Amino acid sequence: MLKRLRENKSAQGTLLVSPTLAWMIVLLIIPLILTLIISFGTRDADGGVIYGFSFHNYIRLFGISSDCPDGQTTCFDPLYVNILGRSLSLAFWTTLIVISLAYPLAYFVARAHPKRRSTFLMLVLVPLWTNFVIRVYAWMMLLREQGVINGIIGWVAARFGLPFEPLQMLYTPGAVLVGMVYEFLPFMILPIFTSLEKIDNPLYEAAADLGANPFRTFLRVTLPLSMPGVVAGTILVFIPVMGTFIVSDILGGRQVILVGNLIQNQFLSARDPTFGSAASLILMIMTLIVTYFYTRKFGFGEEIVAV
Amino acid sequence: MTQTSEFAVELRDVVKTFQTPEGTTLNAVDHVDMKIKNGEFFSMLGSSGCGKTTSLRMMAGFEWPSEGEVYIEGKAMGHTPPFQRPVNTVFQSYALFQHMTIYQNIAFGLEMEKAPANEIKTRVGHILEMVQLNGMERRYPKQLSGGQQQRVALARALVKMPNVLLLDEPLGALDLKLRKEMQIELKAIQQKVGITFVYVTHDQQEALTMSDRIAVMSKGKVMQMGAPVEVYERPNSRFVADFIGESNFMGGTVREVEGEYALVYVPALNAEVKGLNTGGVSTGQTVIVSIRPEKIRLSEEPALKMNCFRGQVTNTTYIGSDTHVYVELGGQRLKVWEQNKISSLDPKAYYTIGQNLCLNLFPENTLVLAES
Repeated sequence: MLKRLRENKSAQGTLLVSPTLAWMIVLLIIPLILTLIISFGTRDADGGVIYGFSFHNYIRLFGISSDCPDGQTTCFDPLYVNILGRSLSLAFWTTLIVISLAYPLAYFVARAHPKRRSTFLMLVLVPLWTNFVIRVYAWMMLLREQGVINGIIGWVAARFGLPFEPLQMLYTPGAVLVGMVYEFLPFMILPIFTSLEKIDNPLYEAAADLGANPFRTFLRVTLPLSMPGVVAGTILVFIPVMGTFIVSDILGGRQVILVGNLIQNQFLSARDPTFGSAASLILMIMTLIVTYFYTRKFGFGEEIVAV
Repeated sequence: MTQTSEFAVELRDVVKTFQTPEGTTLNAVDHVDMKIKNGEFFSMLGSSGCGKTTSLRMMAGFEWPSEGEVYIEGKAMGHTPPFQRPVNTVFQSYALFQHMTIYQNIAFGLEMEKAPANEIKTRVGHILEMVQLNGMERRYPKQLSGGQQQRVALARALVKMPNVLLLDEPLGALDLKLRKEMQIELKAIQQKVGITFVYVTHDQQEALTMSDRIAVMSKGKVMQMGAPVEVYERPNSRFVADFIGESNFMGGTVREVEGEYALVYVPALNAEVKGLNTGGVSTGQTVIVSIRPEKIRLSEEPALKMNCFRGQVTNTTYIGSDTHVYVELGGQRLKVWEQNKISSLDPKAYYTIGQNLCLNLFPENTLVLAES
């Protein structure tokens, strides 16, 4: 039996894959199918599901409403489309800001003395030792009207005798953006660091030797060679930001509702699992489409050169 | 006015000090003076840590001297960064850009010069032909063999037609046969393009084969500088005689200096040995007599009037082209390399262990060196 297994490569493969495969089937594939089935159903009065085959949840999601003024039968209600658009744009800006903050830092760490490198990396990871929700609440303490930031500005203003109105920072899209950037920064730093660290020093020297100044060395050598890290980091940041609801819930309140909040509401407060399921699937499809076009352009974060 | 110098590269009293992990300082390069002529194939030869690579890196601009100055084409380099120096480097690790094709790798340096596109195309094509890589333009470095990658590294530096090409053990990663082929090819390319090559190697054979001149280095200092035949035939110190090729050494005291020869009393032989006074020694000085194993002649009866010593064969080793014969005389063991000019299935038949033979040390091949 064991001997046969030793000789049979494909049996080995099956054996190695099967635990994860079973896990994924039970906890991902089956729930996804259930979600799909539920999304075609209709909500009953108690928040249960009447199974059927109707696209009304999707139609509603894309803004075709039957609840119209002026006696029209259908009209456009941008509520949910706006939520989807806001989620997409927030995920886009978060990823962009995270890249521009993470790259210089990762570069600095990768070029630091090997002895200090591990210390810097640990410092990058320190925030992750604290619970995600607690870290978001910490931002609330900083940003709210009587918070630390307003306190400091107010104190400085008082010293110079200037008039001061506390800034409304909490419950704005800006607050959500700051929170997202903060939460997901480490997930961009690590992959970029990994790919920058792999670039051997002689490559920088070779570029300089061939006449490239530091700026052109960066554009032609450093950046292309570190793209796998940027791509991997983007995937690690963009996808969770698209779906998260905690940051927007705590820092955005009712002002900044994202797809994540919409889905959460449908299941927990509005008690419409059919609409929540439809929103979940649309979120997934949107994320897949963006990721597909992105990875088609930049690769999947693997080595650029195939051997 | 820029003054053209007859020297492509010049190091004037250059020192490079590094901090050791223990916190002390170390002169990796220790007051080195070097003048490398235009069009010369110049090698820096030494074992690891002798300062040869650090010297090269200071020419390239990757390191700056702690003291002294590097001149390229007569111009003091100071802290000029690598991308502004008229030199190019072939790296030991090749340092090819893995994300670029062979063509892009080679064109990189010309693009940095902002050469026109059609000129880049011509020059890259020309250089690819020279290093025999035509047809490989669109491949990536990882798709090439080690020898081919080495050629790309050479082509990438050479295509810029620098005044000086710096090569840091470029053949170190190749197997012996390929290395020998590349040695000949590199030398041919150097002669064809007429660029000054500064070549770092720890392989004495390589240095002897390719160089116009060699600087033998040790512990950050230049021990001897000269043509291959000079450093091999007229080493100026025991270190050089030992490092390049092999030598027999015998300690002694100078009895007399006559013309360019010196008469040395060697206690081990209890006799006087006559040799070339290459070390510039004087009477009474403690010296070392050095003779290469292939220069000793073995015979049954003395072939010379003097410098003939009898000894017993203790061991023989057949190595194909030569037979190595070890002869003991007066507690001193000398190695003698006899070329196997006559084909025989049993070369040991000529020399049997315990055989009493005469070693003839020709005075013109026997060197008297000052003890260092």
